[in-house]
Amino acid sequence: MAVKKFVVGYFEDEPELFAGVKKIRSAGYKIHDVYTPMPIHGLDKAMGLRDTSLHTAGFIYGITGTTTALSGIGWIFNSDWPINFGGKSHFDLPAWIPITFELTVLFSAVGMVMTFCYLCNLAPFVRKHHFNLRSTDDQFTVVLELTAKSNEGEIQAFLASIGAKGINTQVAESGWWLGRYDKDKTPIGTSLA
Amino acid sequence: MASLRYESQVRPALVEGQKGYHEVTEDIVRPIEATPSRAWWIGFLISVGLLIFGIISVTHEVIFGVGQWNLNRTIGWGWDITNFVWWVGIGHAGTLISAILLLFRQGWRTGVNRAAEAMTIFAVMCAGQFPIWHMGRVWMAFFVMPYPNTRGPLWVNFNSPLLWDVFAISTYFTVSLLFWYSGLLPDLATVRDRAKLKWRKMFYGLTSFGWTGSAKHWQRHEALSLVLAGLSTPLVLSVHTIVSFDFATSVIPGWHTTIFPPYFVAGAIFSGFAMVQTLLLVTRKVLSLEEYITLEHIEVMNKVIVLTGSIVGVAYLTELFIAWYGQNPFENWAFMQNRVNIFSPYGWSYYLMMGCNVLSPQIFWFKKMRRNLTVTFFMSVIVNIGMWFERFVIIVTSIYRDYLPSSWSTYYRPTIWEIGFYMGTFGLFFTCYFLFSKFFPVIAIAEIKHILKKSGAIYKEKMDGIEKVSVEEFASEHAHVHEHAPHAAH
Repeated sequence: MAVKKFVVGYFEDEPELFAGVKKIRSAGYKIHDVYTPMPIHGLDKAMGLRDTSLHTAGFIYGITGTTTALSGIGWIFNSDWPINFGGKSHFDLPAWIPITFELTVLFSAVGMVMTFCYLCNLAPFVRKHHFNLRSTDDQFTVVLELTAKSNEGEIQAFLASIGAKGINTQVAESGWWLGRYDKDKTPIGTSLA
Repeated sequence: MASLRYESQVRPALVEGQKGYHEVTEDIVRPIEATPSRAWWIGFLISVGLLIFGIISVTHEVIFGVGQWNLNRTIGWGWDITNFVWWVGIGHAGTLISAILLLFRQGWRTGVNRAAEAMTIFAVMCAGQFPIWHMGRVWMAFFVMPYPNTRGPLWVNFNSPLLWDVFAISTYFTVSLLFWYSGLLPDLATVRDRAKLKWRKMFYGLTSFGWTGSAKHWQRHEALSLVLAGLSTPLVLSVHTIVSFDFATSVIPGWHTTIFPPYFVAGAIFSGFAMVQTLLLVTRKVLSLEEYITLEHIEVMNKVIVLTGSIVGVAYLTELFIAWYGQNPFENWAFMQNRVNIFSPYGWSYYLMMGCNVLSPQIFWFKKMRRNLTVTFFMSVIVNIGMWFERFVIIVTSIYRDYLPSSWSTYYRPTIWEIGFYMGTFGLFFTCYFLFSKFFPVIAIAEIKHILKKSGAIYKEKMDGIEKVSVEEFASEHAHVHEHAPHAAH
């Protein structure tokens, strides 16, 4: 992962954030990310993020569970070791419904959570750069990436004009690395401004 | 995702007091950052004491065998399975609150869902102890898992309700844990980002998995919560249905009734909500969270208690009616002699169950009672005593006298080791709950902030002006705006 330069600012509430994001996009600046203390409905659309496909993944994991249960029980009771339960059918589908259902739910839930953690890079010992420590508390932080072509001063002035507060520039690792929050040398939320 | 939730301005605020986002964080994180109170230590030590009693009782049972319990020839299931079903039932409220109420867009759930989900997980942990230690040779417990082995291979019986139970309970535990923990991640990150102490930075750094609150992550988080809620909703109904199959698929008079699945599920929600009340009434007081877990929450949960209690009552009367109407002499005997006859050995437990579960919750038809904290606390304990006796009645009164009078058992009393085991699960439950309330946010911080917009006192007060204006005046004022709207001019 690369170390990059970012301009950071925050808004104090949702309506200001929405207005700000809209203005940033219409001015043609690219938003690196927005960090908020709670989920904000419609922010993904406002930022132009595409819908998540996590539901589809969940469905695929679910049917994997269904087929695992049915084929597993079917194979065990019909081919591997057919036991005669009081003369009942070896292919006793109604009696398998509970376990099939449970495995469908289990596979889907476990699979989705693991996919979620994988996609969002969430795990113990994962360290990331935090642009603003209060974005998990009460500030709605907007981060714009600086490239060789962009003008730092201009972007800072623009953010100020749309009502952002606490504007500063940070040099940070844009991805994640292994580390601990108490041990890491990199100070959290370094401000160069 | 557009907001699907609309909060009526007529409804009272769900978050009281003049709260901004930062105040919410401060209020909920305060107990985590403060040193534990004397009350916390006393409660915690009592719980650990009970847990130790439980460990000693279980150790005794493992060394000397299941014979240390007073189970006998006909009462093969006694306190252990009663306790198992009781704890599983309690473990239903959390997922109900977090999943079903999420799908129904019930804003009030945010104040209580985190603690209720934690309670669910701890209750299921306690429930699981009973079938495991009842195995006797507990070192063979892994035999219940289906895997290719050298004993034949000897597979488990997938047609057996007892195996369905293994799958149902372990799936329920796993899914509840994932649901609870994925919801906790953003809140643990909030605690981490405020942490001053080194150990807190480390602990909350590890447990929050590096959560940043990025917009894309929130979008996925919302999708995950919604799908997990969708999965948990049928799951929570299936789990107690399957627990009821343990009885309903057998041919024991008193057990093989088709009404069991819905009746068990209603009973589970009933006892689960009662336990949530017991815990939250104490939690809100001790951690001063009265502005988040308000009287509104207590009242709504009391409404659920009176509803489910009445459903349970209808189920009791239905099975009694069918036992009489069905004219099966064995079924009739199990109900009329073993239960309804107050002079039979366990007749008293049937009336205790009826009194606690059906009659006493009816006082919640009165608003004054629903909003009275002392009454609510007292009732929450009564309901759980009643629900314990429901399982005791179902299990013991159905099996202590079978078809052959010569094998009718002597009066069943638990030994000290059975009692100790049960007390031990209380120890486990409350030890976990005390640790949870000390180290984790007991209220979902991010979710409270999310509803603050429309359900907070500040917003409600702002809206109060609108509510007081007469409808005509309000409409004419707003119609005025429309006159200038471009589409009106064509």
